[in-house]
Amino acid sequence: MAVSTTEPAAVAAGTAAPLRAPRLKLPRSPKVLIGLGLLIAFLLLAVIGPLIAPYNPSADLAASGTPQPPSAAHWLGTTQTQQDVLSQLLAGGRSTIVVAFLAGVVATVIAVVVGVTAGYLGGLADDLLSLLANIFLVMPALLLLIVIFGFLPASSDDLLIGAIIALTGWAWGARVLRAQTLSLRNRDFVESARITGESTTRIIGWEIVPNLLPIIASSFLFTVLYGVGTYTAIAYLGLVNIDPHWSWGGMLFWAQSVNAQVNGYWWWYIPPGLAVALLGTALALLNFGIDEFINPRLRSAGLTRRRARQAGIPARFPLGVTPVVRLPAAPTARLTPGAEQVDTR
Amino acid sequence: MRMLARKLPFYALTFVIAITIDFFIPRLMPGNALDAVLAKAGSQMGSPQALHALEKLYGIDNPAGLPTQYAQFWASLLHGNLGISTSSYPTPVTSVIATALPWTVALVGAATVISFVLGTGIGILVAWRRGTWLDSLLPVTTFFQAAPYFFLAFLAIELFAVKLGWFPYGLGQNQLDYQTGLAPGHVADVLDHAALPALTIVVASAAGWMVGMRNQMLTTMDEDYVLIAQAKGLPKQKVIWYAARNAILPSVSGFSLAIGFVVSGALLTEIVFSYPGIGFVLYQAVINHDAPLMQGIFLIITVAVLAANLIADFAYLILDPRTRQEA
Amino acid sequence: MTGQDVRSQGGRPLIEVRGLRVDYGIGPDAVHAVIDADLTLAAGAVLGLAGESGSGKSTLAYAMTRLLRAPGIITGGQVLLHDGTGPPGEQPATLDLLAADEGQLRELRWSRIAVVMQSAMHALNPVVTIGAQLTDVLEAHKLKMDRTDRRERAAFLLEMVGISADNLRRYPHQLSGGMRQRVMIAMALALEPAVVIMDEPTTALDVVTQREILTELAALQRDLSFAVLFITHDLSLLVELADSIAVMYAGRLLEQATAAGLYRAPRHPYTLGLLRSFPPLHGARKPLTGIPGSPPDLRTPPPGCPFHPRCGYAMDVCRTEMPAAFWPGPGGGRAAACWLHDGTHEVPAELAVPEPGTRSPGAVTGARTWAEAGTGTEAGTGTEAGTGTEAGTGTEAGTGTKAATGTRP
Repeated sequence: MAVSTTEPAAVAAGTAAPLRAPRLKLPRSPKVLIGLGLLIAFLLLAVIGPLIAPYNPSADLAASGTPQPPSAAHWLGTTQTQQDVLSQLLAGGRSTIVVAFLAGVVATVIAVVVGVTAGYLGGLADDLLSLLANIFLVMPALLLLIVIFGFLPASSDDLLIGAIIALTGWAWGARVLRAQTLSLRNRDFVESARITGESTTRIIGWEIVPNLLPIIASSFLFTVLYGVGTYTAIAYLGLVNIDPHWSWGGMLFWAQSVNAQVNGYWWWYIPPGLAVALLGTALALLNFGIDEFINPRLRSAGLTRRRARQAGIPARFPLGVTPVVRLPAAPTARLTPGAEQVDTR
Repeated sequence: MRMLARKLPFYALTFVIAITIDFFIPRLMPGNALDAVLAKAGSQMGSPQALHALEKLYGIDNPAGLPTQYAQFWASLLHGNLGISTSSYPTPVTSVIATALPWTVALVGAATVISFVLGTGIGILVAWRRGTWLDSLLPVTTFFQAAPYFFLAFLAIELFAVKLGWFPYGLGQNQLDYQTGLAPGHVADVLDHAALPALTIVVASAAGWMVGMRNQMLTTMDEDYVLIAQAKGLPKQKVIWYAARNAILPSVSGFSLAIGFVVSGALLTEIVFSYPGIGFVLYQAVINHDAPLMQGIFLIITVAVLAANLIADFAYLILDPRTRQEA
Repeated sequence: MTGQDVRSQGGRPLIEVRGLRVDYGIGPDAVHAVIDADLTLAAGAVLGLAGESGSGKSTLAYAMTRLLRAPGIITGGQVLLHDGTGPPGEQPATLDLLAADEGQLRELRWSRIAVVMQSAMHALNPVVTIGAQLTDVLEAHKLKMDRTDRRERAAFLLEMVGISADNLRRYPHQLSGGMRQRVMIAMALALEPAVVIMDEPTTALDVVTQREILTELAALQRDLSFAVLFITHDLSLLVELADSIAVMYAGRLLEQATAAGLYRAPRHPYTLGLLRSFPPLHGARKPLTGIPGSPPDLRTPPPGCPFHPRCGYAMDVCRTEMPAAFWPGPGGGRAAACWLHDGTHEVPAELAVPEPGTRSPGAVTGARTWAEAGTGTEAGTGTEAGTGTEAGTGTEAGTGTKAATGTRP
């Protein structure tokens, strides 16, 4: 999974006019709407999931046996100890989503503090903070987490897990925010605020940060995405408590332990994996929307495929060849009698 | 070149910090956890002297002060001594790693190159032919980008190994008919076993390159110099080349970040496939509470990632003339 | 300028734009950026296109060569390239650029029509050497030159604009702003095109560099006699540099005339307002009045004449109908789209100053097209440069590069 760097786009956006408070335009792009819908569904799941689970996810209904495929009684089938997979999925949602969002919040806060401070203050503070960020950036995160969690006893403390994951995920956001703060710092409106004697904290809080909101939002979503993937990986490796502290990663751990994929118990490992993938997709789609908001060049330039097709021109504009579409011209000038005029054509 | 020289101290510092973290991990663990580790180690090693040596290594019952222990740690590192693996006692950690490392390097190296080339290539295409059906690739790749590596691995196994039976569903080579060396049969067998892990890594990471490159191309295509290239009447390939040559720069500089993700993903993929690389060994180490092995792997992988970053930085310097001197 | 000989003979028309319409977007939300534009660019002449930001002048120029970016769409008109100098059998004598296909466009691009953009820093590829950016056209247009020849030509081009050939292996960021702009000009002239379109080429430079480059440009234009379409918001530049000037506002051409004619005898209220907005460097101080208000939002243009909300002479008809072009002057050669000049109204004195070189404003003449306006076909133009009758009237706003005038103090 590679990083889609919005750093150049972010800096490009810095040349646009400063937004005081970005007007919340209702997003029209289908990508964004789908992403938003999915995300809301997942958040709902996090809240009510364990409450609507039909069975106790940890209840062993039999000592051992074979996992049963989906049936009327168990919509997503059972595990090999006859636990209901659907209940596990619903219960696991809460932990996974909580940890991911917690990691997102903590990491974004750290990123904002470090990034904006480094960008605004410059000098030694910038050098040190950048060094700190770069070190965290370069170190392979999952590896570090495996080693840390490997040494720790299996925890069921979502807060702790989220915080530790956040410690490995803040650096990228800090770097992007620093770059953007650097470009904002030299803008006129910041200069004038400084000249009129606004305090540094006020400038950072009221002039700079509001203009960084889209990037902060994007960074947050990205970190949550990172959190979901990482937490699921950690749980899959059995490094945190996975029963009765259910998580989607934990479900995958148990599924793997009986070689579910080889034995074809698809109802066991596909739902949690799919859930993670869908949540990730929702976040990524939202990020797309924010990317397009920040960088107008990524939008469809006012000419959607449908409209173009209606007009009868090819939707793809070959670069460098402006299309010619002869439209009936509205009359622009009327010849009045008595004056000598000439047809302009 | 000056830029490179400026980066070296940073890498050196990060290296030192990584080693320091490595040194402190067992010392910062909560007491009962360390006890459990040592107890397990003791039973695995079956030798009281070895256990005692390990305890000393971790600062327990060690008369030497902390700074001295730190220095000793560095000394043994520089001698190439990463300790003795407890779960495969008395094999030294370096041997365990040396056996597993080539598998990982081959797999990850090849897969990363393929996914970078594929991803950026398709990204350029999607950007250039904007407004065609290629745009619909984007949500699909978003899904693949967001899906965890090992989930894709599961799907790959389910589809290609179990259902279609095209590829084996795990391990590095045929365990029964064990061959070695570069015998063609062996090579074919290895490739056969590496196909699905490689496919997983490629599919998962190419998506990211693709989306990034597409966005960068779209931004670049709006630049004046691309319009001038068109105005000059240059052939299409030349115009695309001029644009791509610029658009790829953020990807290269982002490569350093991506390496971290790819390595993580590769580790997980190896675990799912029981592929005998570093990732799998690390997993075993974690399960067996083999502390020295975990530490050793952490060091080696961190060093490898730092080296890859250095190479990426170097590549960027070559590609972007603006960085070569203070303009 | 010796180019005046070409002008006074009326250089043959090289590019004729007829009724060009350009929109941004499609459907009811489409913005009409250029409406019914008629222009003629004569061979070897300098045509200035003046207007405020957003007036559509750049859109017009890029649309002419089909280089307009999305979502620009050309919705009507013709752009006729009269160029019989192409290789025999390959290019028809007259080509409508709007009907040409990609292959034809690619062939004539840069070899017939070249473009110089405003910011050289953005127009030059930052990761490619200067030399490569000069030789890539030579390679692309199949000139049967080998590598050494191309390199020699590139070196020659650089020297032509006053830059050392050492810069061939340098990158754009290693050059100063003025040098980069010179490189752009050299690049544009690589294939000796018949037309060079210059989109605000000196706006981003300091005044001194601006002057240097414009002087060199004028010299090059003299020597190589290519036609120039010079786009700028700075009318004062055009008064010196151009042979004829077209003024745009809100997507429409409001006035076209010879440079001297426009400057000394404006016919359109907008032109008058523009001229009153910059002070002359010499001569009596005039009160600066400017033009109240601001240009209209092209998404919701006012009905009738787009300038009427800001026009001091607006009449009822102006508010409802867009005026066509009228020819208020003897012998034609200029046009103004203003109801004041339709022959039925009393024209205010400031808009009826005699054409330079004549004594009284002529009556409206017969059928002529926009296209001929400003090509210098009337008797008046040839005399004005060097008449010496305007001593110190501040006719050249600026330091004056018209070498021919000579009689100025």
